[in-house]
Amino acid sequence: MADVTLRNVRKAYPNGFEAIKGVNFEVGDGQFCVLVGPSGCGKSTLLRMVAGLETITSGEIGIGGRIVNQIEPADRDIAMVFQNYALYPHMNLYDNMAYGLRNRGMPKHEINTRVQEAARILELAALLERKPGQLSGGQRQRVAMGRAIVRQPKVFLFDEPLSNLDAKLRLSMRVEIRKLQRRLNTTSIYVTHDQLEAMTLADILVVMNGGQVEQIGNPLEIYQKPTTTFVAAFIGAPPMNLITLRDSDIHLPGTNADAGILGIRPEDLQMVNGAVPDGGVALDLTVETIERVGAETYVYGQRPQQQRQAAISAKPGELPPGEILVRIPGQQGPAIGEKIRAAAVRDKLHLFSADGRKRIEI
Amino acid sequence: MVEHRRFGNLLPHLVLLAGVLIVAFPVYLAIVASTHTDTLIANGQMPLYPGTHGLETYWHTIVSGTGKTTRQPVGGMMLASLVMAVGIAVGKIAISIISAYAIVFFSFPFRMTTFWIIFITLMLPVEVRIFPTYKITSDLNMLDSYSGLILPLIASATATLLFRQFFMTIPKELVEASKMDGAGPIRFFFDTLLPLSVTNIAALFVILFIYGWNQYLWPLLITTRDDMQTIVIGIKKIIDVHDALTEWTVAMATAVLAMLPPVAVVVFMQRLFVKGLIETEK
Repeated sequence: MADVTLRNVRKAYPNGFEAIKGVNFEVGDGQFCVLVGPSGCGKSTLLRMVAGLETITSGEIGIGGRIVNQIEPADRDIAMVFQNYALYPHMNLYDNMAYGLRNRGMPKHEINTRVQEAARILELAALLERKPGQLSGGQRQRVAMGRAIVRQPKVFLFDEPLSNLDAKLRLSMRVEIRKLQRRLNTTSIYVTHDQLEAMTLADILVVMNGGQVEQIGNPLEIYQKPTTTFVAAFIGAPPMNLITLRDSDIHLPGTNADAGILGIRPEDLQMVNGAVPDGGVALDLTVETIERVGAETYVYGQRPQQQRQAAISAKPGELPPGEILVRIPGQQGPAIGEKIRAAAVRDKLHLFSADGRKRIEI
Repeated sequence: MVEHRRFGNLLPHLVLLAGVLIVAFPVYLAIVASTHTDTLIANGQMPLYPGTHGLETYWHTIVSGTGKTTRQPVGGMMLASLVMAVGIAVGKIAISIISAYAIVFFSFPFRMTTFWIIFITLMLPVEVRIFPTYKITSDLNMLDSYSGLILPLIASATATLLFRQFFMTIPKELVEASKMDGAGPIRFFFDTLLPLSVTNIAALFVILFIYGWNQYLWPLLITTRDDMQTIVIGIKKIIDVHDALTEWTVAMATAVLAMLPPVAVVVFMQRLFVKGLIETEK
């Protein structure tokens, strides 16, 4: 058991590209930390630096109070689960899990005890003689976990372990990973680009973008109070509606912020018949598209006063300018082309500075 | 086209059959010739059916030699050929797998230069560099020895290239997982890389064994002793006799014998090759 600390960690490649631009955070003993961000944000690089697979350009990484910058991966007392599992294809499951222990010269009976125990926890006991090629994706994933568990390391590192699985299996493995981590109470760092995984697994969520940490905190806290528009749009699905106040007629009563970005989550918008909630905001929309997913309905509306800016393409995961997403429970919803009014109460509003880098409390 | 399957298949099959006959007939003729007597063949009456002197011919050829010439029995030649061919195949595989390992998994200065230097030796087979190679072999006192037969031939750009291409398909996570499992470079090589390469090794062994077995020019230069003669040279010597009748039966028997080990290697290794293909999954 151990904590992990990162102090001013930087990574620059010889070609001058700075992948990690000074990262500080701390993962307490037994905590589950999730690094989340879009691809290319440096989250995997950061994890690999903790693992010792990438060198650290400057700064310090500590595991259990010991600075590990110069320590070989095998001696850092960590275990890693890879995205493609990286099982040894020519070894059976038993050997796959036992290999790391044998290399450390552990006595045979102890190896056997540990492997059998891990196989029992992961329900692999009947498959120990098989080779990875004969297993399904989910089973391989469990073997990869087993290989990490038998080592009884101080820290587990997960590099997008679920992204090669289909959606259903991903869900059940996600629950399993969480249970397992609780049970073993081992400090874990988990990298993912999936915000749902991030929200559900994390004790501490670290949102990264462009090699920097955007926000650190408890997942719900981040959901409730995102500090930048990047975090606001990234955490939560479907993404938060972001409205630039300057070119709109929306006025927030009680503030003089007319140059800023207003954020409203789709689930916080409600269809109303005229009355604007006290201190809140109402948006007049023309319904463009409706998506019904069963339990809820997504209504995409266009704000009439907003010029259509088809030429400006939105970033992935963001809505095109002028388009507002309303998420309403159930299967009822307006018809396409209908004019609706959606409103949000004041304490569900998020306000950011014009550059999106700062949250303004209202 | 699909409707006329029955007739559509007929022509290709005839062509294939003709091809097989063209390839197989000389082999059959050699086997048949080795079962008759020398006089019959020398008379120009080459029968197309097997004769009755087969055992006798093969006994003479392999074990005792014949009284008519001073040549060695072919048994010894086969042993010499086998040692050379296996030596070359194993040596080539060993050297190239190690160099490919270095080139793919380690970063050192001039790594790509090294690779290209190895690569351009493709243009330098032993026939091209025969004088300098002979000089060095002779300076090292390796004439008339198996090391002289084998060592100068074992550098192989082809095999290195093949292993390199294969190694580059191995996911880097596998290397990293080994690293985290506490396996150093040597352990990774023996525990992971070598078992994964079995298929490639088998395939290469087939090719390289036949390459080694078929060597003619190099053994001709390096060996002068009769007991180190390889079978490929042996055939030539049996045919080229002076002031005597060529022992065609023995020559044919030798040719048949010379064919057997490569055939055996192909047959045996093919099974391993297929097995490896089925079981290995990267």
